[in-house]
Amino acid sequence: MIEIKDLHKSYHMGSNSLHVLKGINFNVKEGELVSIMGSSGSGKSTLLNILGMLDEADEGQYILDGVPIKNLNEKIAAKYRNEFLGFIFQSFNLINYKSALDNVSMPLYYKGVKRKERTEKAMHYLEKVGLAQWSHHLPSELSGGQKQRVAIARALASDPKVLLADEPTGALDTKTSYEVMELIQGINDEGKTILVVTHEDDIAHMTKRIVNLKDGLIIDDSPVEQIRASAHV
Amino acid sequence: MFDLERWQEIFETLSKNKLRTFLTGLSVASGIFILVILLGFSEGIANGVKSQFEQDAANKISVWTGVTTKGYKGLNPGRYIQLKNSSFDAVENGYDDYLEYRTKDYMIWGGTVNYNNETGNYRVRGTMPDNQFIENADMGSGRFISQSDINESKKVAVIGNKIKTDLFKGEDPINENIQVFGMNFKVVGVFYDPGGDREEGQVYIPLTTAQKVFNAGENIRNMAFTVKMADDFDEAVAVSNAIALGVEQKIKEIHTVAPDDVSAVRVHNTLEQAQKFYSLIATIRAVFWFVGIGTIIAGIVGVGNIMLIIVKERTKEIGIRKALGALPMSIVGMILQESVFVTMFSGLFGLIFGLGLLELVGPLIESDFIKYPQVDFNIALSTVFLLVFAGALAGFVPAYRAAMIKPIDALRDE
Ligand SMILES: Nc1ncnc2c1ncn2[C@@H]1O[C@H](COP(=O)(O)OP(=O)(O)OP(=O)(O)O)[C@@H](O)[C@H]1O
Ligand SMILES: [Mg+2]
Repeated sequence: MIEIKDLHKSYHMGSNSLHVLKGINFNVKEGELVSIMGSSGSGKSTLLNILGMLDEADEGQYILDGVPIKNLNEKIAAKYRNEFLGFIFQSFNLINYKSALDNVSMPLYYKGVKRKERTEKAMHYLEKVGLAQWSHHLPSELSGGQKQRVAIARALASDPKVLLADEPTGALDTKTSYEVMELIQGINDEGKTILVVTHEDDIAHMTKRIVNLKDGLIIDDSPVEQIRASAHV
Repeated sequence: MFDLERWQEIFETLSKNKLRTFLTGLSVASGIFILVILLGFSEGIANGVKSQFEQDAANKISVWTGVTTKGYKGLNPGRYIQLKNSSFDAVENGYDDYLEYRTKDYMIWGGTVNYNNETGNYRVRGTMPDNQFIENADMGSGRFISQSDINESKKVAVIGNKIKTDLFKGEDPINENIQVFGMNFKVVGVFYDPGGDREEGQVYIPLTTAQKVFNAGENIRNMAFTVKMADDFDEAVAVSNAIALGVEQKIKEIHTVAPDDVSAVRVHNTLEQAQKFYSLIATIRAVFWFVGIGTIIAGIVGVGNIMLIIVKERTKEIGIRKALGALPMSIVGMILQESVFVTMFSGLFGLIFGLGLLELVGPLIESDFIKYPQVDFNIALSTVFLLVFAGALAGFVPAYRAAMIKPIDALRDE
């Protein structure tokens, strides 16, 4: 599903430049649930943003579902973001003046789905994350865990090939974190490919494979025995 | 543009950001409103001044006399200058080629006029046939004084519409007899005058008749002429001025008045006066336009400013939308469509509100110098479109910039 080869990324600030990713190689097959770990500043988010086409690599190859992601025009990039990728952010990134339902239907709007169908689908995903009765609430009226579940429903709405979550539990307490992970595990069980950035060991062990980053390089990449989040709830 | 889904999205965004929508709309609506009112009143002033001049022919020169204030050629000051038929003849002969209409009048200010049991006090004015055109009088029915009335000193009268209403109570006055100071006059015509009641409260009789019945002999009170108009206004004013000056000199010469005695012989030149007023109107208009354009510029700057703030405020939202698969152009389109919709809607609102107010208040304004304040609808509409266009243009640049940056940079914006 995801193939990257020798990926490089530097940030330039004035005359300084910071080499963040120094040659990343890894592959993710369909249906995997991978966590990316590493200390702060190791380049986890940078990597995930490149995978999510929110940012671009300087060098290297990135192939998403057989399509090389390189120098795409905005139109195709938008289409891929919409149809291949679902994003879950640490800070939720919901649109604050839109209801939970409208937030979830947003990717469908950009996919060109008609209003009625959009609402039905969005409602379906809200049900899936257990928030059907909150559909008309604004993000400001929801708890952190609820907001993240809305964000997950939104990421799922356009039925993407890959879900990318950057510290999805970073702003949540332990109990809520496990609830969110339970949801993510459930989605993975249904066959979706998911990458989760985290720096919490317990969260990482709820995935099936842990990739460890250090100073812009992968230092370890090994499968783990998945711990079901439901065991903790 | 006509994508229903897009419009739904925009209405939702607007209705959920009421304050922002309201403030944008208010700045546009008030700009247009002020402009409409300003232009309306400048037009009203122009109309008011114009109507002052429409009372009489625009190219009129009139001659009045008074008492000398200066001694001249051995004559004492304090002499009343009495115009005669001969004074009129002298002017007429001297300037015949330049004159269009001419009249000499003899009038009684408060004449008692009766019809049956109705009585009123009106100005009774002996005049010449041409006076109809000099006064801009319109015949409602019948005819004006004719040359044969003059030649035969007939006892006929042309009455103003006000007198018809006062004395005849809706009856047809033509061929009825009225009594002026007890003398019978046959009504041959009824006239309207743009000067209104003041002018329409007059009885015109033939000059020769007036001179006879009031024992005036050869005396006249004043004379008036209109000058043949040149096509070019400035040239017309110049000719008119030259004639007015010449007439004044001639009258002064005939009646032995000092050339610099301003109260004994007064020559009033309407055209010159009109020119002064028209240039005043032009100045007023220019000032109002200046203020109006200033208002519009302020409005444009305001809208541009709001657009900048809106785009800045929505940078993160733009990042989110792009992460979800929005095209940059759909984002630019969204922001512009929103701004165009708001500015257009509120611009038209301000326009209609302004026009409505002029429509309501306009007729209530009782001033000689402001009449029918109104705005050229097309001009007002064009300014609305100008504002909308400028607002869109001012919004385009920041919207485009925000839509083109990498989603991650937009998302990072706080
Ligand atoms: N836009 C940017 N401009 C400059 N430097 C950046 C930018 N984004 C990230 N960096 C730097 O790149 C390095 C990697 O950042 P990144 O966000 O990928 O780290 P991370 O592994 O996600 O850390 P954390 O666990 O704290 O989220 C850091 O040193 C960071 O300061
Ligand atoms: Mg990070």
